Amino acid sequence: MHDDHHDAELDEMTARMRALETLLVEKNLIDPAAVDAIIETYEHKVGPRNGAAVVARAWTDPDFADWLRRDATGAIASMGFAGRQGEHMVAVFNTQAEHNLVVCTLCSCYPWPVLGLPPAWYKAPAYRARAVREPRAVLAEFGLRLPAETQIQVWDSTAEIRYLVVPKRPAGSAGMDAEALAGLVTRDSMIGCGLARAPGAA
Amino acid sequence: MNGPQDLGGRHGFGPVVPEDESIRFHAAWEKRALGVTLAAGALGYWNIDASRHARESLPPATYYASSYYAIWLRALEVLLRQAGEVTEAELAAGQAHAPGHRQDRRLRRAAVADVLTAGGPTNRPGPEPRFAIGDRVRTRNHQPAGHTRLPGYARGCQGVVTAIHGPHVYPDSHAHFRGEDPQPLYTVRFAATSLYGEGADPTLSVSIDAWEPYLDHA
Repeated sequence: MHDDHHDAELDEMTARMRALETLLVEKNLIDPAAVDAIIETYEHKVGPRNGAAVVARAWTDPDFADWLRRDATGAIASMGFAGRQGEHMVAVFNTQAEHNLVVCTLCSCYPWPVLGLPPAWYKAPAYRARAVREPRAVLAEFGLRLPAETQIQVWDSTAEIRYLVVPKRPAGSAGMDAEALAGLVTRDSMIGCGLARAPGAA
Repeated sequence: MNGPQDLGGRHGFGPVVPEDESIRFHAAWEKRALGVTLAAGALGYWNIDASRHARESLPPATYYASSYYAIWLRALEVLLRQAGEVTEAELAAGQAHAPGHRQDRRLRRAAVADVLTAGGPTNRPGPEPRFAIGDRVRTRNHQPAGHTRLPGYARGCQGVVTAIHGPHVYPDSHAHFRGEDPQPLYTVRFAATSLYGEGADPTLSVSIDAWEPYLDHA
């Protein structure tokens, strides 16, 4: 039943999208090649591996971590990640005592230069409604159960400030270089819906 | 506005459905919705706040029945109609009945990388902040019929200023083309018990970014 609904929307939306794009091309208001270039950017170039590189550097370079704390926009731009939906960045660091979680209850604000496009669930009503109210229940749906005494800090992106969670460096990762460490940093851990993977875990 | 977008703290929306981070799109039309929305923005008829307002102004039943790219597409149709660039008849026919007005503003392929890299910073020169870090503040009972970025769950609540971001473009004005009207922007932290009352998670704090007109001294 759910799939039927999904397919119906798909067909209607495919036709609707095609109609609008056709119109705008006929009117010479959009260039299909520019549209392709935008898609190519966010499908293949800008994604959560950018953020993972930032986190791994923060784990291995204390000066960079300090910079990230003081001026995340500048520190992140120094690695070549800047622009649309990342104009004003703040990095928030998980600790033993406090866990950070990011949401946009009002729309879909998300730090594109470091994480790419938001996943569907981030934009859907369930996450937007519940992340600010019952984050422990939400995290459990991601398989993450935090200790009862851990403080949870939720950041609702209501302005143009974009938040990047720096997860805790996992135990057993001493001696790994930044590139290998980046492989432990999941997208969800940089939203706060997960932890960085332990070395050797799938 | 008290529209369908104002979801924070609401009940009844069911579980979150995680998905693998390798998934970028769920259908080919979603890619076009992304690309066409961003490309059409270059025509200069609207700003990011006006586009958010177009999305939240969709009928609530439509909003809740639509995936987010479907919300984008429906709102883009509205914005282009309001701009006078497309008509209902053209949308129904999927065919242009008149040439575009701002063909000179068409986003060229060669400009895409620069436009995306430049983005749209919203910090501006503006008034000095009235509040300091550590100040106790109370959000106003601010519920305009138009666009606002003060979420309903955080109205009339007491919190603490934890950061000052300087003046930023004020969405309540900008969305309605009343100028950028820069206002000091703050991060305000609330204990969940202040937002939701008794029974709220005692380990939970929620921070919002709030413009000065949303706030009073507590």
